[in-house]
Amino acid sequence: MSIETDKTTPQHDVDVATPLESRIARKGQLPRWGTAAALAGAAVIIGGALAATGAFSIGLFVFLTVVLFAVGLYAISRAVEGGRKAADRVVTIVVTSAFLLALIPLISVVWTVLSNGVARFDAEFFSSSMRGVVGEGGGGYHAIMGTLIITALAAAMSIPVGLLTAVYLVEYGVGTRLARSITFFVDVMTGIPSIVAGLFAYALFALFAGPGVRLGFAGAVALSVLMIPVVVRATEEMLKIVPNELREAAFALGVPKWRTILKVVIPTSIAGIASGITLAIARVIGETAPLLIAVGITTGLNFNPFDGRQATLPVFAYYSYAAPGVPRDPYVDRAWTAALVLIVIVMVLNLAARLIARLFAPKNR
Amino acid sequence: MGKAIEAIDLDIYYGSFLAVQGVNMTIRPKTVTALIGPSGCGKSTYLRSINRMHEVIPGARVEGSIELDGTDLYGAGVDPVGVRRQIGMVFQRPNPFPTMSIYDNVIAGQRLNNKRMRKDATDDLVERSLRGANLWNEVKDRLEKPGSGLSGGQQQRLCIARAIAVQPDVLLMDEPCSALDPISTLAIEDLINELKMDYTIVIVTHNMQQAARVSDYTGFFNIEGTGKPGKLVEMDETKKIFSQPTQKATEDYVSGRFG
Repeated sequence: MSIETDKTTPQHDVDVATPLESRIARKGQLPRWGTAAALAGAAVIIGGALAATGAFSIGLFVFLTVVLFAVGLYAISRAVEGGRKAADRVVTIVVTSAFLLALIPLISVVWTVLSNGVARFDAEFFSSSMRGVVGEGGGGYHAIMGTLIITALAAAMSIPVGLLTAVYLVEYGVGTRLARSITFFVDVMTGIPSIVAGLFAYALFALFAGPGVRLGFAGAVALSVLMIPVVVRATEEMLKIVPNELREAAFALGVPKWRTILKVVIPTSIAGIASGITLAIARVIGETAPLLIAVGITTGLNFNPFDGRQATLPVFAYYSYAAPGVPRDPYVDRAWTAALVLIVIVMVLNLAARLIARLFAPKNR
Repeated sequence: MGKAIEAIDLDIYYGSFLAVQGVNMTIRPKTVTALIGPSGCGKSTYLRSINRMHEVIPGARVEGSIELDGTDLYGAGVDPVGVRRQIGMVFQRPNPFPTMSIYDNVIAGQRLNNKRMRKDATDDLVERSLRGANLWNEVKDRLEKPGSGLSGGQQQRLCIARAIAVQPDVLLMDEPCSALDPISTLAIEDLINELKMDYTIVIVTHNMQQAARVSDYTGFFNIEGTGKPGKLVEMDETKKIFSQPTQKATEDYVSGRFG
């Protein structure tokens, strides 16, 4: 459409009399330091006002500053830059504040655990159990080993079951009633409170071994009840995103379905599956309630999950804090260090998941 | 290698929906047969029924029969996996296996089926298949690189090499050039001309010039309306279909008056 026809037949609401330059021109712009200046101004005003009234508190100060900053910047920006830019600035402030708000508890937890736990984060903590220890010294070696053994057992049970369930759901059962009900119950299981899983495992083993049974293996069963749905979900999503074309390519070469799944579908998605499984392990390794019920606590080393109680890091931390000896301080210190070790393990697992994803990912070029 | 295909009163269903009705078609050995027709007319469905690939979709089934040199592919004792080893397929979008190198992609049919081969026999097969697909000179120095790093046209030729490496009797191609540029298309078309020395080729295409260029015989599929089954309207030598078809619908389609 040429400019002339545009003038003779004005079909749009656009003001055709205005030249193009002024239609696309910027209205005005705040200087680059405008945002920082507005924030500083808001902080000074609020700080001054709060100090004058004598009701200064850091929480109130931050909250009011952010509110004044948002309102003030909106007003200034609207006057200088127009409504669209002003709305953009306000939304930017809102999402940034939400992000910082979400970060506060995270940083607070990490900082508290780190500063309290570092005191006993020493060689002795990693080399000695609590057998015969009263007061200072001792460590969480037995709890670390217990956590690793029980979680490894849980993973050994959950990964095959979860993986095969996901393969059934994606490759064999699409659209069938069985698959739909499995998906439904997996979703329900994802929401099971962990204490219920612990009670289930305890009740199950009480049937065989009588009431009062405490067993590392029972804890592993409880954890795998929690872990299986997570593994199923993660694996299912990963298998679903394998392009159907690859399956068809294998079928067209006369490859049977089970070989196609084993050698094409799973290798293609192994990166996602592996990291999903690692995250599922990280999810259950810190579970306390089921282990409290099904495994209990002990002061000594026990490498045998089929024979009696085992200590685990979360339960060790819980008991050290809830039922300390006298003097109290060494017990509390050990509880913090146990929490710190747990966080480090989870962090290592997360890093491992990323590394695995990168190692296994299909390479281009 | 290079066998005849005979479809007799073939109806193809998806569940209770009749997708293709009453196809009778004879495909001669070592010829190129093009299937043309508007979208949704069932030509791809028919093509996939030849190597029983349509069965991948739950609820798909056929009535009637397809015979490969007189053997009914839908007979009681026939394994669809065995059928697909005899009748290879190349798809619309190039789909090399992303986890495998170029070398492994070519012998994927053997590797995935755990066929044990000596190293020199494998090397030989890879070279022969890649030469057969006109790709050897372009990739011989980077056989260990992933197949997904090649260009679209090279990937499609890699898929053809992979299909001919299992030494099938028939090669089905489902719009093999629709995702490719004209130069890659030309490379594939030249390749089709060479491959018909050894294989029976059936190709689905939306490009009528391509059908005219590469095929010896052409079948025209049509559909009367949505929800109706697709039917084979007419099949004859390509020259005849494009110059003097017997059916009005065929003439309208090849002359571009509809579809």
